[in-house]
Amino acid sequence: MNELRVNTLESEAIYILREVAAQFEKPVLLFSGGKDSITLVRLAQKAFWPAKIPFPFLHVDTGHNFPETIEFRDRLAKELGIDLIVRNVQDNIDAGKVVEETGKYASRNMLQTETLLDAIEEFGFDACIGGARRDEEKARAKERIFSVRSDFGEWDEKNQRPELFDLLNGKIELGQNVRCFPISNWTELDVWSYIERENIEIPSIYFAHKRKVFLRDGMIWSAEDDVVYRAEDEEVQEMMVRFRTVGDMSCTAAVLSDAVSISKVVQEIRDSSISERGARIDDKRSEAAMEKRKQQGYF
Amino acid sequence: MEVLKIATAGSVDDGKSTLIGRILYDTRSLTDDKLEAIERTSKQKGFDYLDFSLATDGLVAEREQGITIDVAHIYFSTAKKSYIIADTPGHVEYTRNMVTGASTSQAAIILVDARNGVIEQTYRHFFINNLLKVKDIIVAVNKMDLVDFAQDKFEAIKAEITALAKRAGSTQNITFIPVSALQGDNVVDKSENTPWYTGTTLLEHFEALEAQDIYEESVARLPVQTVIRPKKDEFHDFRGYAGKLYGGSLAVGDEVTVLPSKTASKIKDIYFFDKKYSVAERGTSINITLENDINISRGDIVVKSSELPRETKALEAKVCWMDTTNLVVGKKYFLQQGANVIAAKVSAINSVIATDFSGEAPATELKINEIGNVSFKLAKTLFYDTYAENKTTGSFILIDPQTNNTSGAGFIQ
Repeated sequence: MNELRVNTLESEAIYILREVAAQFEKPVLLFSGGKDSITLVRLAQKAFWPAKIPFPFLHVDTGHNFPETIEFRDRLAKELGIDLIVRNVQDNIDAGKVVEETGKYASRNMLQTETLLDAIEEFGFDACIGGARRDEEKARAKERIFSVRSDFGEWDEKNQRPELFDLLNGKIELGQNVRCFPISNWTELDVWSYIERENIEIPSIYFAHKRKVFLRDGMIWSAEDDVVYRAEDEEVQEMMVRFRTVGDMSCTAAVLSDAVSISKVVQEIRDSSISERGARIDDKRSEAAMEKRKQQGYF
Repeated sequence: MEVLKIATAGSVDDGKSTLIGRILYDTRSLTDDKLEAIERTSKQKGFDYLDFSLATDGLVAEREQGITIDVAHIYFSTAKKSYIIADTPGHVEYTRNMVTGASTSQAAIILVDARNGVIEQTYRHFFINNLLKVKDIIVAVNKMDLVDFAQDKFEAIKAEITALAKRAGSTQNITFIPVSALQGDNVVDKSENTPWYTGTTLLEHFEALEAQDIYEESVARLPVQTVIRPKKDEFHDFRGYAGKLYGGSLAVGDEVTVLPSKTASKIKDIYFFDKKYSVAERGTSINITLENDINISRGDIVVKSSELPRETKALEAKVCWMDTTNLVVGKKYFLQQGANVIAAKVSAINSVIATDFSGEAPATELKINEIGNVSFKLAKTLFYDTYAENKTTGSFILIDPQTNNTSGAGFIQ
């Protein structure tokens, strides 16, 4: 007897991925090379095996991503034989469609939205699969698994479709699209435990390494590239750090860490007294920072 | 790790947010930065206590009005289990949100203010959790500190709800716990103020529950979500039927019938990813192959040949209405049950049911947040079980073809 036991979160995510593939004509998986989207890729492999993952990957590249992540992104897509579409925020800046922020806290995080919406229109994607989780942030906690967006990408947070049982309603009008979140109910620890259990490879910046950094507002910023604005009096030093999220370099701070393996990372997260997005300056802009970005089409 | 989904129901005045905050705080689930944010905002608003609702009311409109509009999901874990709390608003105008929260939960906390006893809202919470057959009900009698932890207050509430459960024919496990969310009595730690109470604390009770998802043991149902055809040389003839298994287990060699075609076959292999299993437990997202090549597509259901469901083209169900456009006779909807979508026309509205157990009344339409008995004429045969027999094949949603909205939820009797 070889009995398959249930893993609730894994089965739920696979179920959702299959619903996306069945209900939509042109889905795409938003792949950033971060741990959540890497987890999504593994779940998609499981959902459709022995067939290939039935949708391409899309990455909106701010041009400020960690080089380790970009290298990892390209390699994984190649190994799986999946089409990787990359669209660059830089192109919109060059075309004058968006204006880059300036100053101490300048970030291209907000500018990603415009590029994402352009790509959705260019390819006619009707569903974008994302690795967002409800435990990340309180506006995310309110979002549905199938979240309908208007043709301007807008999220109508007060009029969301009810989601009962496992039933997902992906019916939309032409021009609308749906953001689909298969790991909505996972926590950061669930993701890490899964990566450990499945022995999934992740980019090196998630592990503790020596890095040139500087301190500002009690947070640790990478000084290895010219991306993050650094004032002259902000001194560069070398520290043992790792990143808990791999967003844009300009809005992702590092944490002090000596976790050099997955099991040590899992332990560190269990013991941590700071939340994952505590090191994301993009959420700290205001109490409603995430909700505002989502209304405008942020993923 | 096991995942237990719990719905809460109750208004702010019942101390629901305080209770959730207390659970998070006492299980050390609130990180420093989140706690600081709550402290900062509570202070800004001039409160002399920590307003934990700030941790869960995620939308600007909710914080402005100080109310919960939509279901929030709160996550915490112990060494033993992961917990997901669906925090739902409790007023009559949010009945649909309560139904939504309860539909994905295995357990529900119903809060009762010890000073006020059982009120109309308690009846409503109980009614909905009974309608949705949420397996474990925990009646948390809160604010015990404000009635000097008087046992008779607790016992009176217990007696009243026990009588209500009996009258409603409830088969749920109902547990009563005296708590003070504000001071932490019997929430995570046992209280010294209630020596007359010998039961478990709220968290101890959760820890003892067996997390089994909401889909309890019944008959095996495998709604086919998608057919997997790899078109690779090594899997040239592979044809897999992928879906999530509900109700019971399936084993290799089982004689099965595929609906609606009623074609019989046998299970050849059960796959989960690239591994084969001889048996799959309920709740697993599997991919099966059958002994003979038959025509199967999305929306079909695979069942054991010895456990055939019922079938009909005229359906009667209890419907909870969730749309601002009323349900009226003659209107057509898409009825989605599992992966199966069929056209349905409302043929009669038989009654509207009061959610406070006061009875049924005749009706010509169902308004938002109302629950009623509705008859449908179906374009194709629906294979179903009653909701009591199997939650997956016994429930459905109604989708308005004009707006694509999920307009209602149905429970087949």
